[in-house]
Amino acid sequence: MIRRHPQIDGQGRLRHLLSIDGLPKAMIERVLDTASAFLDVSDRTVKKLPLLRGRSVFNLFFENSTRTRTTFEIAAQRLSADVFNLNISASSASKGESLLDTIDNLAAMNADLFVVRHAQSGAPFLIAQHLDQLGKDVHVINAGDGRHEHPTQALLDAYTIRHFKKNFTGLRIALVGDILHSRVARSNIHALTTLGVPDVRAVGPATLLPGGLESMGVRVFHDMREGLRDVDVVIMLRLQNERMRGALLPSAQEYFKHYGLTPEKLAYAAPDAIVMHPGPMNRGVEIDSAVADGPQAVILSQVTFGIAVRMAVLGMIAA
Amino acid sequence: MKISILNGRVLIPCERSAPKDDQHGSRADLHIADGRVIAIGDPSSSPSGVLPDGWVPDRVIDARGMLVAPGLVDLAARLREPGFEYRATLESEMQAALVGGVTALVCPPDTDPPLDEPGLVEMLKHRARGLAGAHLYPLGALTVALQGTVITEMAELAEAGCVGFSQANVAIADSQVLLRALQYAKTFGFQVWLQPQDPCLARGGIVHAGPLASRMGLPGIPVIAETVALLTILELVRVTQARVHFCRLSSAAGVALVRAAKLEGLPVTCDVSVHHLHVTDQDIGWFDANHRVDPPFRSQRDRDAIRAGLEDGTVDAICSDHTPVDDDAKALPYGEAEPGTTGLELLLPLVLKWATETRTPLARAIATITTGPAAIVGVDQMAGTGAGMLAVGAVADLMIFDPDALWTVDRNSLVSQGRHSPFLGYELAGRVMTTFVAGQPIFERV
Amino acid sequence: MGTPTRDPDDPLGAVDADRAYVHLLDQLRKVLADESRSPVLVGVHSGGAWLAERLHSDLGLNSPLGYLSSAFHRDDYGSRGLPTNIKPTVLPFDVEAADLIVVDDVLFTGRTARATLNEIFDHGRPARVELAVLADRGGRELPISARFVGASVSLRGTQQLVLSQDTQGHFSFRVES
Repeated sequence: MIRRHPQIDGQGRLRHLLSIDGLPKAMIERVLDTASAFLDVSDRTVKKLPLLRGRSVFNLFFENSTRTRTTFEIAAQRLSADVFNLNISASSASKGESLLDTIDNLAAMNADLFVVRHAQSGAPFLIAQHLDQLGKDVHVINAGDGRHEHPTQALLDAYTIRHFKKNFTGLRIALVGDILHSRVARSNIHALTTLGVPDVRAVGPATLLPGGLESMGVRVFHDMREGLRDVDVVIMLRLQNERMRGALLPSAQEYFKHYGLTPEKLAYAAPDAIVMHPGPMNRGVEIDSAVADGPQAVILSQVTFGIAVRMAVLGMIAA
Repeated sequence: MKISILNGRVLIPCERSAPKDDQHGSRADLHIADGRVIAIGDPSSSPSGVLPDGWVPDRVIDARGMLVAPGLVDLAARLREPGFEYRATLESEMQAALVGGVTALVCPPDTDPPLDEPGLVEMLKHRARGLAGAHLYPLGALTVALQGTVITEMAELAEAGCVGFSQANVAIADSQVLLRALQYAKTFGFQVWLQPQDPCLARGGIVHAGPLASRMGLPGIPVIAETVALLTILELVRVTQARVHFCRLSSAAGVALVRAAKLEGLPVTCDVSVHHLHVTDQDIGWFDANHRVDPPFRSQRDRDAIRAGLEDGTVDAICSDHTPVDDDAKALPYGEAEPGTTGLELLLPLVLKWATETRTPLARAIATITTGPAAIVGVDQMAGTGAGMLAVGAVADLMIFDPDALWTVDRNSLVSQGRHSPFLGYELAGRVMTTFVAGQPIFERV
Repeated sequence: MGTPTRDPDDPLGAVDADRAYVHLLDQLRKVLADESRSPVLVGVHSGGAWLAERLHSDLGLNSPLGYLSSAFHRDDYGSRGLPTNIKPTVLPFDVEAADLIVVDDVLFTGRTARATLNEIFDHGRPARVELAVLADRGGRELPISARFVGASVSLRGTQQLVLSQDTQGHFSFRVES
């Protein structure tokens, strides 16, 4: 049964942001355009806009993340929303309360918007569909679900690329690292292919690349130098500590030798290639400090743009 | 009670594909007395069986527009007793069986406690007998507590009524234990029912490992989890000559291995879940937890191979794999949701749907859920019952169904306490109107 | 102030956008002649921006030209959501103590003007803010008035007055229902 994507309502408006997969190109572009307009708010004396004044935004982070939670908090506060942070790992869920019971309780507190991060792929869909079925007018933003997607990260990455490279058509973009476990990678693949990037590449050892990447429009490389050849954008993915030694990889050292971004490997990319990373970085594992601190890295810009992009998403959804 | 079923079309299961005019059964009246079928007659030619002179039925049932078929034999229906009464009870599920036209069912041993003690089996059979519904054939646990280390007292369990031995879906990791279990079963001629899934390759997996799993960011269970287990078990069968029935094949490669094993002459049989005839991994939609089952729904290619396996006889039977799950266990993110789908009431309509889509003659289709599964259980195990047959002299375990009646699968229409299915909201054709056990109309749809 | 108001059934009558522009330009020249004033022009996207660009050029101003978006302070966010195609506010000068003339194409209910005032005040405290419009169509819902008006027009509530600019830079008004 093919049904309308739950994030888009009957009138074609964006009601939730659950995945880039299923987000039309025009909507992605609208987010990027709207984010431009929000960019300067941080430079004003009054760093606030009244758009979400009086609205309650609940940050529901079932999986810990100070970084993403903070940027959502800043974005919501810049729009004058009231922000409530719930670290569920420390509270009810660990007492055995089910996910949907927690949601029902919070919805009863007249929440307007949930920003949800969860360890299970698909959790925000369950939440959004549950709320929609109950007729509750609560919007859901996926801040990362398991390995599935991290939509706002991909949107801010797309914004960053557009800022530095102007057009998506004609670009070569390489995603490097643990794509198998990366929700950032999946969202980026959908965003970049939707925006018309003709050459999207995944680079990594066979143990860290999922099957079926070709069917998502991606070219697979195991040799990093070949994978980086002539690319315009390099997106480095974080390697989790628990993956560094086990059946997937033998050691961080061997990983760095073959898949860490060093100046020598970066030289295979276009001379004006930009280097991106969703953060936080593992220096010496996936990226060499010389590159992370070097002139081609735009990692700090990603952070700045991230706030504007999240403001744009909040602004577009919460109406 | 003397019953005459008039004006219906009688559907006799046929293992090979039937000639075209058997598509819809043949017009015949059917008569029951003393719990047996005593005559099947085409009114325009000579009937088989003998209606005694002065036959006056106590009851006449008009089966105009309906089909009269053997009661279904379901090789896998979890009744959730003992131990899981919060999910379903014997009462509700035995009723669901009758509503689905099932007059004989095999239940796996993964109850709580598992069926590894004769006393538990006896109690279960006793409870079932008291409910006067379908005949219940329990499978005994192959190892104590299904833990895969100590084999059970299979002889005692068989005496208590177990028709075979199984690990349900808890694979034995230690191949030496599996070898010993097969050897022991072979000693007594017992049949071992195994779901082929290598626990290590399947570890952590949730959906079929393919492009869809990659896209959805869900850990996958690769096809090799099934084939590696099949290959291992087949080697053990070669060595022990134990009879093995493979439960719930899910992949093209798996079907191919069983096909080759049968050609080789190994004593193996297999079944598939009726849902796997239709549903693929793509049907997960937006992480619909009703889609989560074990083994997972695989690709379109795998589904097509399962259908081909039914056609060429590699797959011996279709079962419902009825697994009631309570609402709370499905109202969770996909990866946390409990696998399982309701099946007893969907077995017939989903088989009819498959038959229509593949233009399989109805007599052949019905064989996959009557004579096919009965042969797996063993006709002598099913002595004293209709055993999936419809014949003069056989016990009258049969059902009357309307192949064209449309109904919507939803919480209101389902009788089972298991109300979760990938087919929720779907309209299906095929509804059982009356189910007879030992000649008694135990279930009648009003 | 401007040409006489017109009959709503023939609203544009003798209102000619180019003539209104010239009238507006004259008023602003008089302001610039006053040496105690050094106003900065700020155009409201999109119609006001075109006007401001043309005025800025015709007045030969050296001061930077600013652009304002009213999008973030609109009062209809709850019902209509964020507008698509938001062009950003760009104020390349210090708003603090500035002498601003906000330029827009049509003044109607006054809500856009109110929103642009809020936008300005997010950037600092100007010394003064005056409003210059090409057409004032009445129908105020807030206590707002324009100091400089090119022409006055009277329209029904359901009608919209739309300014366009052709490739040669000529302005024209049309009425849409």
